[in-house]
Amino acid sequence: MSNKNYYISTYCSLQNGALFVNGKATLEMDRSLPFIVLAKTIYKETGINYPKFFKMDNLSKLAFLTAEFLLEHSALSEKDVQKMGIVLSNKSASLDTDRKHQESISDDKNYYPSPATFVYTLPNIGIGEISIRHQIKGENAFFVFNTFNAKGLFQYAASLLASKKSNHVLCGWVDVDKEEYKSYFYIVSKEGMYPHTEEVINQLYINNEWKP
Amino acid sequence: MEALKQELKESIIEQLNLEDFTPQDIEDNDALFGDGLGLDSIDALELIVMMDKDYGIKLTDPDQGREIFTSITVLADYIAQHRTK
Amino acid sequence: MPNTELNNKDWGGIAITGMGVISAIGHTTAENLEALMASNQGIAQVSNVATRHHQQIRVGEIANTNEELANELLLPKDNNYSRTALIGTVAAKEALAQAGVTEIQEYKTGFISATSVGGMDMTERYFASYENTPEVRKYISSHHAADGTQKIAEQLGITEFVTTISTACSSAANAIMLGARLIRSGRLDRVVVGGVDCLSKFTINGFKTLMILSDEDCTPFDAHRKGLNLGEAAAYLVLESQTLVAKENKEVLAYLTGYANANDAFHQTASSANGEGAYLAMKKALQVARIDSNDIDYINAHGTATPNNDLSEGIALERIFGTRVPDFSSTKAFTGHTLAAAGAIEAVYSVLALQHQVVFPNLHFKTPMPEVNLKPAMTLQKKNIQHVLSNSFGFGGNCSTLIFSKE
Repeated sequence: MSNKNYYISTYCSLQNGALFVNGKATLEMDRSLPFIVLAKTIYKETGINYPKFFKMDNLSKLAFLTAEFLLEHSALSEKDVQKMGIVLSNKSASLDTDRKHQESISDDKNYYPSPATFVYTLPNIGIGEISIRHQIKGENAFFVFNTFNAKGLFQYAASLLASKKSNHVLCGWVDVDKEEYKSYFYIVSKEGMYPHTEEVINQLYINNEWKP
Repeated sequence: MEALKQELKESIIEQLNLEDFTPQDIEDNDALFGDGLGLDSIDALELIVMMDKDYGIKLTDPDQGREIFTSITVLADYIAQHRTK
Repeated sequence: MPNTELNNKDWGGIAITGMGVISAIGHTTAENLEALMASNQGIAQVSNVATRHHQQIRVGEIANTNEELANELLLPKDNNYSRTALIGTVAAKEALAQAGVTEIQEYKTGFISATSVGGMDMTERYFASYENTPEVRKYISSHHAADGTQKIAEQLGITEFVTTISTACSSAANAIMLGARLIRSGRLDRVVVGGVDCLSKFTINGFKTLMILSDEDCTPFDAHRKGLNLGEAAAYLVLESQTLVAKENKEVLAYLTGYANANDAFHQTASSANGEGAYLAMKKALQVARIDSNDIDYINAHGTATPNNDLSEGIALERIFGTRVPDFSSTKAFTGHTLAAAGAIEAVYSVLALQHQVVFPNLHFKTPMPEVNLKPAMTLQKKNIQHVLSNSFGFGGNCSTLIFSKE
């Protein structure tokens, strides 16, 4: 089912060392770089001064960076952004960080769980980080799916927009599991380049571009 | 005491992911919380874990931490007096 | 004018036709109700989880062992259900039974479940043995948050729409909210919504290191509160469309009339000083319900008994209700904080409050917090209740509010 009233206005993805914004390769790095090195490199590219970035777990870092580029390239005003809804999803939940926490409580003789690690053992903390950075106070949700689910995201965003709870919704997928990572965020609004349909959402996810 | 202070500065930078700082950037008497290093409540809890792990000091009241973590000097003094490791 | 959530004049709410709950205070909704009415709390020393902290914490633990639960559900001996999936199935089945559902496929039915622990309880138990003990490797696939949801959906026979929400302590409230919207938009006729989390060393250790656990029975909203007690529970509700209710002549327990979610945008785990996220969520929920703050008769608060939450929530309550904060209580002193199940178990308790016209007590309260002029209900109170507001606030600043009404 398609909804002719809404559009995807900006989209951004990070995978295999390449950061794409609106289909254009914005940064291309050595894909064999460990995620943590990649993330720090990209952080420097943003030019922002946000020391708390370094405390985030990998999942939150990925979400934070993708949102940073996405919002920088969007035409949204500060007021628009603060009321934006956020709907993210993935398949690994917070597994990458869960392992680190589990390791810290596995050895009876070296038993020091870290509060800073535990705080990130939930997949939606990344939404919290994005919200704190951009002061976004709209509705937010996080889904755990077996695979990328365009239908789920499409329905949620369309419903939020139709109910007038938000005029813009940041949707997407953000998954990290050891060295496997992928993020794909897009903003749905009343105006934009591409029609907001399941087909377009899927195509952008797979190809970073949509050919009608 | 100087060696302990240096050790603490290095430890804090590493434990709390203070990427942009070197030990030379942290003055002995500067405020650790608030404006200085921008540490927050989770950082305070991490320091409590560090006290236990590296120096064998167990703090049970998070409010105690607020006083002990005022500055590197205050922290080093406390550890020197109470360490069991 | 478009039929939107904020201006639908015909909005009567979503019908709730069934509920199921298993917690530290009972195996069924009836048992939970009995305990609530008699002020019988379920907080005690932990016995089913082998944690080194067992003498320093108090928890709300479900009485049954995994074996007892598996037998109750008639599962084969080689099943790979985590405790999460076991208690989830028990509660979900009770909900469907109460709703009188015999042919699940007769209408478009969905299942939305919330969890934060997933199969972690088994993973932490057997992880070290996976290499050398092949028999326990079956638990590897049940670790995933969505696996438990899938198992419960299969037990119920639901295939149309199945999903998992994981937003910490507001998860179940968000599941309920999504279910309501799917019915409202016509995509589903019926949906089973709720959440489940069991106790695990993972969670116990995590909360301990954040220093927000109390070593005594928790005291929500009290000036001397020391922290929370963790709990485990599963709770589900059956939501049905007006069409279905009319067609099948169903008995409606109550209506979900308001719901909203907002982000506090302040800190990963702490709440803001002025309770902004909580305030926004409550405000929007009242708008969706098309009622005024004066119309709320009882608030089932999030009330975890941490110094931070209760003050922040208290301030948000005063911002919404002014000097007229209605009767309120936190039932977490009965069950413990059940994390991803909290929004659902407290939804069930809110409906029970409406059905029996009672305000449940906020156990152990003695002294009001000095910063706000708030005193929760200290004893069970019978009163006229038309609308109940329930709060659930999760890490990541995720704040949700639900409103339940008599008609």
